[in-house]
Parts: sequence; structure tokens; C-alpha cells
Amino acid sequence: MSDLTDLSIAELRRGLTEKAFSATELAKAYLANMEQARDLNSYVFETPDKALAMAAESDKRIASGEARALEGVPLGIKDLFCTRGVHSQAGSHILDGFEPDYESTVTANLWADGAVMLGKLNMDEFAMGSSNETSYYGPVVNPWRSKGSDVPLVPGGSSGGSATAVAARLCAGATATDTGGSIRQPAAFTGTVGIKPTYGRCSRWGIVAFASSFDQAGPIARDLRDAAILLKSMASADPKDTTSAEIEVPDYEAALGRSVKGLRIGIPKEYRVDGMPAEIEALWEKGKEWLREAGAEIEDITLPHTKYALPAYYIIGPAEASSNLARYDGVRYGLRVPGEDIVAMYENTRAAGFGKEVKRRVMIGTYVLSAGYYDAYYLRAQKVRSLIKRDFDIVFDAGVDAILTPTTPSAAFGVGSKERASPIEMYLNDIFTVTVNMSGLPGISVPAGLTDDGLPLGLQLIAKPFDEEMLLQAAYVIEKAAGQFTPERWW
Amino acid sequence: MSVDRDTVKHVARLARIAVSDAEAEALKSELNAILGFVEQLNEVDVSGVEPMTAVISMDMKRRSDIVTDGNQADEIVANAPAGVDHFFVVPKVVE
Repeated sequence: MSDLTDLSIAELRRGLTEKAFSATELAKAYLANMEQARDLNSYVFETPDKALAMAAESDKRIASGEARALEGVPLGIKDLFCTRGVHSQAGSHILDGFEPDYESTVTANLWADGAVMLGKLNMDEFAMGSSNETSYYGPVVNPWRSKGSDVPLVPGGSSGGSATAVAARLCAGATATDTGGSIRQPAAFTGTVGIKPTYGRCSRWGIVAFASSFDQAGPIARDLRDAAILLKSMASADPKDTTSAEIEVPDYEAALGRSVKGLRIGIPKEYRVDGMPAEIEALWEKGKEWLREAGAEIEDITLPHTKYALPAYYIIGPAEASSNLARYDGVRYGLRVPGEDIVAMYENTRAAGFGKEVKRRVMIGTYVLSAGYYDAYYLRAQKVRSLIKRDFDIVFDAGVDAILTPTTPSAAFGVGSKERASPIEMYLNDIFTVTVNMSGLPGISVPAGLTDDGLPLGLQLIAKPFDEEMLLQAAYVIEKAAGQFTPERWW
Repeated sequence: MSVDRDTVKHVARLARIAVSDAEAEALKSELNAILGFVEQLNEVDVSGVEPMTAVISMDMKRRSDIVTDGNQADEIVANAPAGVDHFFVVPKVVE
């Protein structure tokens, strides 16, 4: 593997400005890595010509002293983001051949800052999944493996392609989205940093919608500084997204290294679940210790409605999805399967175009919104959601600065290992992450250690709305103590 | 609550997804597993609680009622599976 791809975004920034290497050399190095890593199935569509053209443009700008914030930095883009003229299919068959004629606001922000696009990254279909096994393009393989084993492991999902690409040095950083944990969980499974910003921090315009009151775009990167750099570019107030917050984007990097002395870190007792592996308990304790040593105050807190977040999410999420996915009907874009009349065309197209998990969720969503069931399910779930958010409001109002929990209830598991299990078993992966989407709060997963088998584990921090700086500030303590984790190359 | 095969077929009709009898059987078990899982929400006392309408409280943005976009018919039909001029072509809709 070329040395250039070992450099972080922060280091690239310096190297490119100092002309130690060119953006073109950098793009070529990443393209070479990508060619050698096809077994990971991380990219669904590579854009080498575009990458080199963008890199050439970046080199011109660097030469004339007009380098922008991310000039020449090669990124991978989750397939959920609409990228003008380029394959954007949300990991689904139903969007076959779709090439949008517009650019998502988030990716437009990145290109405006000079970043280079390497390609589109694999993901669970329509972002529905926690293992990247529901993709039409096949599963992604985690670059991490258990010690002494060559059993392929999942990278987590839905942003499995993004997390894998970052961990395996197939891009300098990646965009991803998080609806129930889809940035944080794969970040935890791959030893990378993932941030789900506050709802409304990043524009959702041009991102294929799954559940509109949960979806948020965010970065996956190798370390906190890189994640901060990417988030600064990605975030913006967008008049095209009504839910986009009109709040200035701060300099996130500046939060790194700020003292945590006197900060109050809450430890929610409800996150200690039955059957939680001892290793994860131990890591959580270590996280508390590191923060305590850095001067923070650790205190027990209660978030009483925690256990209801997952069931409420699996009503509201599918309900919103059933509405959002109604547009895939074979009329205006994507796959069309003929039928004798229009209804048959809709039904055939959607039956052939949607995978099993998507169908499941659209059906549940349709059911809970249907006449006679709306009150019992959807309305009740929305009330429970208010209670979950209130739990957090109470804790933050009492002066807690951030909440520390494990990110996931386990490390990465085998590809196909949950095939015969109930769908619920897969949903339980999100048990620690989904509360954050339910409440619209910002959350981060930072690599904190390895299991005895050598697999990465992450710790999650949750903060007040629009306090992503607090996440970075507190996570920095963990990153400094835990160090960085890189998988051993086997591909 | 649980669903039977007829309900599954009814929901599939609402969702415009063709579902065979065999698929309906499989979906029935999966949907019932999920419905069983969410049943626990009935334990929660939600009296007096407002359903959440906005996860982050903000005033709805409005804009001036002026045309800022348009004249893109070519782009709009560019991805159509079947089209004629600027029309999307579909099987007969009206009886």
C-alpha cells in the first residue's frame, strides 16, 4: 500500500499545500488501493476518470495559491447521496440506472471545498440494515478479521461501504448517513470515527430519503480531527431543506484538545443491558476512567424510557419509509417491470425492485399507518418518542454535558450469521444508537479498544442539540488514551 | 396484535407490492415477529403526552412566492424508463 494513503486528511492538507505530492498522485494512489480491494465490495461504482479530472483541477488551484479547505482530498460517497451524472441508487435494484441531474447539498459543499470523488460506496438497501447485507450489490466485507480466522465479518450498516473504505485506506474519508445508528455502528465495527450530527445540522436535500425525521448525513473518518474537518464542510444551512437549521457552522477542529475538567459525563444505567458482553462493560469502565483522569466528573443518570426506543423506532421509521418509498413506482426513474395495467406495473416493479428487508419495513409501515391501527401503533410510538426526548432534556437541563455509552452490544459478526434469525435480532444492533435519532441529538462513535479476538469496539458520546463540539472535546480524551486501530491487510 | 394472511395481502395491496401466497406466508411470520416486539410499547403510560411532531423545535421556514427554478423538462424526464417528448409513458390508467 502506498504511503500517501496512510496520511490523514489533516496531514494531506499540509502535504498538498507544501507540494510534497500532488492531488493527482494522491488520487492515483487511492485508485490503486481500490483496484486491489475489490474483494471487500466496498465501492458499488468507481469514478476514476472523474477523480483524476477533479484532482487535476485541484492541482491547478494549489499551484495558483487558491486551495480551498479540502482541496485534492479524495473521498468516497455513500450511494444514498445524489451525485450529478453519477450512479446514485441507494444500494437498490429499483433505482437501476438512475443518474440524477442534480447534486446533493452535502456533496456540493464538499466539491465546493475542492474534494475529489473516488466513487459511490456500498450500503444496505435504502439505508435499511445494520450489516450491509441487504444491498442489491452484495455484502461488504469488514477489513477486520478475528485473530487466526478468515471468516468474513460484516462492517456494520447501513454505511458499511463507507466504514470499510475508510478503515481499509480506500479513501481519505467518507460521507455516510445515520437514521438509527448507520454511521456510528459501522464506525464501531471498523475502528473508525463516525459522527451523526444534530438533526438539521446537515442538509437532507439530495439524499435519498428513508425516514425523514431521523435521517442525518455525517462523516466517517480515521480520527477525530479528520471527522471534524469533514463535518465542517458537510454542514450548512440550506434553504432547500425546511428542516435545515439556520445555525452557523463552528470550527469543529478547535474543540479538539479543549480541557474536559469539570465537565459532567452522564452514565445511563438503562444502557447496561442483560447479557451485555463483559468486554464491552469493561471498555465502558475504561472510558469512564480516562475521562475521570482528564478531570471530568462521572455521574450516574437515568433515561427511564430507553428500552422503548427500539420498538418505537421500528414503528415510526418504517411508517416514514413506507411514505418515502411510495415514489418508486417504475414511472419516472429506475426499474420498470411491465404489467397488464398500471397497478400491476406498480406491484410488479416494487416486488422485483425492493429487497426483503425493504419490503418488510414498507409493509410494517403501511400497516401501522392504515385505518384502524394508526392510533394503536403510530400515534402511541410518537408519544413514546416525546418521552424519550424528554428523558434527555431532563438530564441536560440538570447540567450534564455529555453522555457516555457503548456504541454497540457486540463486535462485528459473521456475514450471513444472522440469516436464519428473526429480523429483531438484527434490529438489536441499534439498541444503543437509536435513542439518539429518536431525540434528534448529536452522537459520535470513537474507537476505544479491541476485543480478545482483536475486533474493534467503539464508545458513544451523546450531547445537546448542536453541541457537536462537546462530542469532539470529550471523544478526544478517549482517542488520546485508546490510540488508533488499523486492520491488518489480508486483501 | 397479529396479522393473518389476508391482512398481509391487503397491506401488500395498499403498498402496491405484488406478493405471492408463499411470500405472504413468510411475511406473515416476519411481520408478526415485529408486531410482537413492538407490543411492549403498551406498557408505557402515555396519558397527557403529546405525540412528537418535530424532533428539533424550529419555526417553519418560508420563502417569497417567486419562481426560482424550472424550464428543466429534459432533465426531469432524462431517467424515465419510457417516455415520449416530455411525457412519462405508462400502461393505461383509465378504464
